[in-house]
Amino acid sequence: MTSIGRNEACQFGEPLELILEQRFGAGLAGLKVVRGSVLAAALRCGFDEAGARDVALAVDEACKNIVVHAYRGEIAGDIVLSIYRCRGGIVLHLRDFAPAVDPTRIGPRELDDLRPGKRGTHFIRAIMDSAEFLPPPDGRGNLLQLVKRLE
Amino acid sequence: MTDDVTENDGELIIQLVGDVDLEHCAAVRGLLLDGVSHGKDLLVDMSQVTYLDSSGIASLLEALQLANKNGTAVKLFAASAQVMRVFELARLDRVFSIHSDLSAAIATES
Repeated sequence: MTSIGRNEACQFGEPLELILEQRFGAGLAGLKVVRGSVLAAALRCGFDEAGARDVALAVDEACKNIVVHAYRGEIAGDIVLSIYRCRGGIVLHLRDFAPAVDPTRIGPRELDDLRPGKRGTHFIRAIMDSAEFLPPPDGRGNLLQLVKRLE
Repeated sequence: MTDDVTENDGELIIQLVGDVDLEHCAAVRGLLLDGVSHGKDLLVDMSQVTYLDSSGIASLLEALQLANKNGTAVKLFAASAQVMRVFELARLDRVFSIHSDLSAAIATES
């Protein structure tokens, strides 16, 4: 499902314009498509190529966490990506329908720890200005909000 | 993605092609660990890598650690700015031996 153009809530004290809503199965095939969608949307929101690629990487890592940890690698549900534009930057919502996660148990490995893995959450935090779980509208699943301001 | 392995004067050159991401990291991991298991230095050509994520980084890191354990080296070369950005975000740009091109990688002591 894709819809364009609805006005939504506010961020940075500004109205948000929904520019893309995309629903996809929580599997590997969807990730590359999402990267392309986010890259195009971030460019449309005013980010340069490098900045847009950063945002796409952060969203990709967040989607991977949903696929691997929330849905535990099974194509058991969907992810809904909503992308909002505002004058100050870009706001992205990732909604899944997996069991609720405990945000206090999500964290990156210390970067000095050179064991492989667990760097995706660090990428999200390093790239985005904020990453927080919001209450999902109907109480089901998880809703992650990612915000990146234009420099 | 189609990767390629060649041998050069006792070193293995592995060219990674395409997206090194969650979908392909198992294949990349297998290729790299197989290369390390030969007891030779690995020179990894990153010039055709179009995307790198944390899964790909993990595969490279695992190969590096196994090589360190075996007393061999893993050297990367010809990474694009986009790929270098991921190493920098992971703060691994100084952990890996990363070079501008193949000759620079060969010229660097293990």
